[in-house]
Amino acid sequence: MRTIKGAEITEAVAKLAIEKAYKIGDEILRGFEWSLENEKSEAGREIIRQLQENAKIAADGVVPYCQDTGMAVFFVEVGQDLKIDGDLEESIQEGIRRGYIDGYLRKSVYKDPLRRVNTSDNTPAIIHYQIVKGDKLKITFGAKGGGSENMSRLAMLKPSDGIEGVKNFVIETVSIGGANACPPLVLGVGIGGNFEKCAILAKKAALRSLEVRNPDPFYAELEEELKEKCNALGIGPMGLGGTVTVLGVNIEVFACHLVALPVAVNINCHAARHGEIIL
Amino acid sequence: MAEYRLTAPLKDEDVVKLKIGDKVLLSGTIYTARDAAHKRVVELLDKGEKPPFEIKGSVIYYVGPTPPRPGMVIGAAGPTTAVRMDAYAPRLMKEGMKAMIAKGKRNDSVKNAMVEYKVVYFGATGGAGALINKCIKKAEVVAFEDLGPEAVRKLEVEDFPLIVVGDSFGGDLYIEGRKKWQKAG
Repeated sequence: MRTIKGAEITEAVAKLAIEKAYKIGDEILRGFEWSLENEKSEAGREIIRQLQENAKIAADGVVPYCQDTGMAVFFVEVGQDLKIDGDLEESIQEGIRRGYIDGYLRKSVYKDPLRRVNTSDNTPAIIHYQIVKGDKLKITFGAKGGGSENMSRLAMLKPSDGIEGVKNFVIETVSIGGANACPPLVLGVGIGGNFEKCAILAKKAALRSLEVRNPDPFYAELEEELKEKCNALGIGPMGLGGTVTVLGVNIEVFACHLVALPVAVNINCHAARHGEIIL
Repeated sequence: MAEYRLTAPLKDEDVVKLKIGDKVLLSGTIYTARDAAHKRVVELLDKGEKPPFEIKGSVIYYVGPTPPRPGMVIGAAGPTTAVRMDAYAPRLMKEGMKAMIAKGKRNDSVKNAMVEYKVVYFGATGGAGALINKCIKKAEVVAFEDLGPEAVRKLEVEDFPLIVVGDSFGGDLYIEGRKKWQKAG
């Protein structure tokens, strides 16, 4: 049986957390190029140029891209034939602790939602586990900013609301909160499942590359249509007006109850920090 | 749309010439404050006590920076979402605050108070934490050190790039900008 040491997981997580705070994804940089070509407002293009410059400065590894270096969220796929030498949960949490302290990242996590005292090390991270076939450990990481997370929404639609209801809910969510969520945005949309599954689908979608379309052509087309419709809202870069509001729309779907049509929109800002490691 | 260079603290005559969409390069002394610091300042004012910094003429930047590396004055320092400070902002305007720097839409009570007390709302580019870091020449914690990233800091800034997103005549760029670019249908 293959074995991984907890310390190895800790080290890989810490490294990933630091890297993602400083080095913005190539897909986002290509998204900025696309934005410059498609943004009709001069003020909007000026914002995009500032973001490109910001990405360049941050990539030197001295000052993070954004001061909100996020609350860490993980999707962890554990191969059932893999043995972990150590405590998996604690190894990941320790990776976040070390990454956020050693990387000079902001500690943005409160121990309790109402009594609001900072844990001072950005833990706990939110970790979703899945047992899968094989002997590998796949860790998908997101450093999710609070401003964009606050603008996210979920609705339990009626089946009769249909695809139009889903489209309207996504567009309405961007219309209400898009300006506050640091556009241009990456939208993670979950459709189906039940109440909590739908939110998790949306989070998974928000942590997918904006250049990867849903493998089902029906949903891939819906992703493109929603992108176009959100960009027609006029919100623009930083909400100051313009023709580029979203860089991409990612949809994840799951089976659902015959009376249900849940939909969730998890908004990601233009940093859209995510990364993946396989151990 | 005009372009201005201004130096903080600001006066009424600086504020009233500004209209939404104007570009401003701001230099001078500004203060940082977020949710928890706003709450404490307003509590002090309501008790009739002296706030920990001069509010008259002040420019308040809604930011919670990353910790500085050794030898640096501050870390990434982009704006946070303004709406969380809406409950406190009018009280500070009454005390003479002249400008806010943040990102995102404001509520009507803030916009009305901006007209009443002649206050401007500047938008900084959200997420541009590394770029804005270059404009900050000095930083010093002046109050509420226990709040960590949310402590009140006195900053010396140079040519901080801003856009007027709310003016002292009730103008709101989040509404007007979107109206201009929204496609019918």
